[in-house]
Amino acid sequence: MIQKTDKERLADFEARIGNGEKIEPGDWMPEQYRKNLIRMIGQHAHSEIVGQLPEGKWIPYAPGFRRKLTLIAKVQDEAGHGQLLYRAAETLGKSREEMIDELLAGKAKYANVFNYPTPTWADVGIIGWLVDTSAVINQTMLAQSSYGPYARAMKRICYEESFHIKQGYDAVAVLAKGTPGQRQMVQDAINRWWYPTLMMSGPPDKLSEHTSLAMKWRIKTKSNEQVRQEFVDHIVPQIRALGLDVPDKECQFDETSGHYKYTQPDWEELKRVINGDGPCNKERLDIRRKAHEEGRWVREALAAKSISKSTGKVLA
Amino acid sequence: MDTQWETYEVFHQSKRGDPHEHVGSVHAPDPQMALQLARDQFARRMKCVSLWVVRTRDITATDYQDESFFAQVVDKGYRDPKAFEAPDKLEHS
Repeated sequence: MIQKTDKERLADFEARIGNGEKIEPGDWMPEQYRKNLIRMIGQHAHSEIVGQLPEGKWIPYAPGFRRKLTLIAKVQDEAGHGQLLYRAAETLGKSREEMIDELLAGKAKYANVFNYPTPTWADVGIIGWLVDTSAVINQTMLAQSSYGPYARAMKRICYEESFHIKQGYDAVAVLAKGTPGQRQMVQDAINRWWYPTLMMSGPPDKLSEHTSLAMKWRIKTKSNEQVRQEFVDHIVPQIRALGLDVPDKECQFDETSGHYKYTQPDWEELKRVINGDGPCNKERLDIRRKAHEEGRWVREALAAKSISKSTGKVLA
Repeated sequence: MDTQWETYEVFHQSKRGDPHEHVGSVHAPDPQMALQLARDQFARRMKCVSLWVVRTRDITATDYQDESFFAQVVDKGYRDPKAFEAPDKLEHS
């Protein structure tokens, strides 16, 4: 094999991405591509893990057995998504253990939305409906990512997220057609989650330090602004169809652009929440740490068992 | 102490007679646990009749970089059906 220079390799790499080919773990890739992906996939994994908590706390109080089973299944999905994503990030050379340690140490970032409280049952429905709709728009885009393991993980995840959205919508629709008290509860939840959900797609492109490189190498194929606009265009008519309001007077359909206008969220708030200073950051990480410690004996017991005895049915 | 468990590649079969397809991987302390975790991760929704797990380190793979491994030294067009001309099905005469 003739050794290529890094410049030639970069040209080959960019040509492959230009042709719509996937980059696989063993392939040569620029250091920046690797770093960008580890950061993105790691944060994505942490978001799934922490994302179990705001809704998970409602499992004992879910109204009715069916909603309880549904919510357990949804939270289990989030745990599974976290594991799939940690595995995708590991293919780039960072261990799952390292990533989990960073999360528990408060050094890792994750989605802003999971640092807001869920004071009512309506918040659970709104997370499933609004937050997961925004997540699916982002993740459908990421399923086209140039990095093979990330794109493949996204395909599985999107399938499960569509169940999350539907169960969320179902819970919200029941409340929206319910008593005045229930309608008020669900409207209050929309008012609480509207801006945090808009922030979730990330800062505007001019404030985002990672967007241009991520788009150049097709880690992402849409900018934060595009993803956010798609979400607004999709969800606003649905909210109004249920007789509920979007808490933004500026939110009107603009015939010229063909899109809904909306008021920008407070980007300083996003920065604060992402950097650890949101309403529930401490509570979330405390629960994660406690769960990690309380599960330690299980991990140790399994490790001890595997040393003492090799099991598993031998395949013919 | 937390030592990171090794990884197992997971192969999923949706129906008897279908090929087992690689669907991803899990961390596990031993093969039996790997099967349990693979079931929770990959057979939670997709219909599944059989799962295989293989220690990742037991897999030997080619390198995408080493394209010469698959290069054909001589023209092997003679192996290709397109290399030959034969009449299509003829109408009954």
